[in-house]
Amino acid sequence: MPAVELGPGAPGPPAGRPDADRPGPRWTGRLAFAAFTRSWQAQAGLAVVVILVLFCFLSPLFYRTNQVTVQLNLKDLPPGGSHPLGTDDTGYDVLGRLMVAGQSSLELGFAVAIATTVFGTAYGAIAGIAGGIVDAVMMRIVDTLLAIPWLVLLLILVNYLTPNLWTIILLLSILSWLGVARLVRGEVISLRTRDFVLAARTMGSTSARIVFRHLIPNALGVIVVSATFSIADAILALSTLSFLGLGLPPPHADWGTMLTNGLNDLFNGYWWLVYPPAVILIVTIIAFSLIGDALRDSLDVRLRRH
Amino acid sequence: MTGYLLRRVGQAVVVVIGLMALTFLLIHLEPGSVARSVLGLKATADRIAIFNATYGLNQPLYKQFWAYVDQVAHGNLGVSYYLQQPVSSLFAQRLPRDLLLLGSSTVLALLISLPMGMYQAVKRGGFADITLSTVSFTLYCMPAFWLAVMLVAVFAVETHVFLPEAPAGSSIGSALAQPRALVLPVLTLTLIQVAGFSRYMRASAIDTLAQEFLRVVRAKGLPERLVLSRHVLRNSLLPVVTVVGLSLPGLVTGAIVVEEVFNYQGMGLLFYDAATHHDFPTLLGSTLIVGVATVVGNLLADIAYGILDPRVRYAGR
Repeated sequence: MPAVELGPGAPGPPAGRPDADRPGPRWTGRLAFAAFTRSWQAQAGLAVVVILVLFCFLSPLFYRTNQVTVQLNLKDLPPGGSHPLGTDDTGYDVLGRLMVAGQSSLELGFAVAIATTVFGTAYGAIAGIAGGIVDAVMMRIVDTLLAIPWLVLLLILVNYLTPNLWTIILLLSILSWLGVARLVRGEVISLRTRDFVLAARTMGSTSARIVFRHLIPNALGVIVVSATFSIADAILALSTLSFLGLGLPPPHADWGTMLTNGLNDLFNGYWWLVYPPAVILIVTIIAFSLIGDALRDSLDVRLRRH
Repeated sequence: MTGYLLRRVGQAVVVVIGLMALTFLLIHLEPGSVARSVLGLKATADRIAIFNATYGLNQPLYKQFWAYVDQVAHGNLGVSYYLQQPVSSLFAQRLPRDLLLLGSSTVLALLISLPMGMYQAVKRGGFADITLSTVSFTLYCMPAFWLAVMLVAVFAVETHVFLPEAPAGSSIGSALAQPRALVLPVLTLTLIQVAGFSRYMRASAIDTLAQEFLRVVRAKGLPERLVLSRHVLRNSLLPVVTVVGLSLPGLVTGAIVVEEVFNYQGMGLLFYDAATHHDFPTLLGSTLIVGVATVVGNLLADIAYGILDPRVRYAGR
């Protein structure tokens, strides 16, 4: 689900910062940062993300479990004793598995966000600064890709690649740079006619310098917000893929796969195989979405997601 | 307005042509894969050659594309390799079932989320607003398959109120004949959409409520009920119209998952089966249909926007 914006291309109510024409302190990055850290969404979201990262990457060093060999004698044990969250149908400790699975889910989320942000920003900036026919062609390509549901495109693409962490990162990135590209293009188009850009140009700045020194830093708010949402979107998308049996292959684990396997046993009463991965998955997505919301509010960025 | 519309239609046509080229290229990326997937890994070279000749797969790519465009223009979408049926007749069966599933859930979602978003905006910060916001935000962050399975667990397995499976059969009649089996799939898609639409409606109505013109409207003595229904609602609908127009690809993604969970024989399940069986004519056809529907949806949203907002009509963008 790539983020899609309501940029200057689409009709919409005028953005206008609430204090744009009022005298006094102007909107700055520092004020935005202060507003961001004050909001409860940001505080809650950041706290959860920090806890999750520690839980997935640090706690396996202390809580050592066997996540490699199948132990059918320890199959489907209920929570208690040496297995606080029980074991799954191959005898893996569920709590330990949540940590290992979280590593791939989080790594994938971050990797997709970085890849899509870098590529989408470059693409959008080039289209915006080039204008004319180049812009038209580049944006029709984006429109075309946006018209195809991401899952449809993914189900076709999955045929050509052997699923592993890297190909899935690649696939999800291919599908989610579109929103960022449209957003950045919109920002660049609205920024490039401003006086400070004209001033830079008269002082002899090259186009590349104007893009990297003036336009992208000014569009940073939009970029950061959509990057945050794309982490949540990537983790959600991975869980859907896992549900359809197209997620990470067996030696890997991810929350979506755990949940999908657990759902087979939901009606056998093995609740510990279902609710822990479901809760941690949904809480993770909520946390990143809360951070995204808080960032959007504090940076006063107008954008929307699907 | 006319110039604007013409430009938008022109863009839409370009996008549809791009869609055909893209899906065609994607599916022919790997030469020989079609014959292999249909005939199996042990097929002899001779049989593959015969298969390729029969389906025109030994021709150069541009000729195949031209043949494909020509066929599509004549309403022929080819024969499904996997189901051995014309793709167009498969679609004729499945599309009405999806219009029923997606149409009814979208209408329901709008009927719920528009008043809900308005109410939340008017009572902003109150208990009801916070509760509804929390619920829709949580729904928004939930994987669709999880929501579907939980609804089955609560309403079909624990309490037996509704059925855990969608109506059987693959015709529209069989779907309409078993309304009780339709409830959970429709409910799942409705809830997913309510989560998105109501968030948007709420934000949009809050923006509208902060605008100056409402002061004039209230000053001339209009009762609050009319202020809300005639001025706030209409102005807040504008951004939501675009969201609804753009929501089709997401809805189709949701439909694939929901049809898979409930085993509803619709386009989503057809597409999923086609993808897992390398059934290229069906894949091409359904991707094309969904893409065209999205483009048309966006176009309709833009036209609706022009009707709702006179500024767009006269600006001649």
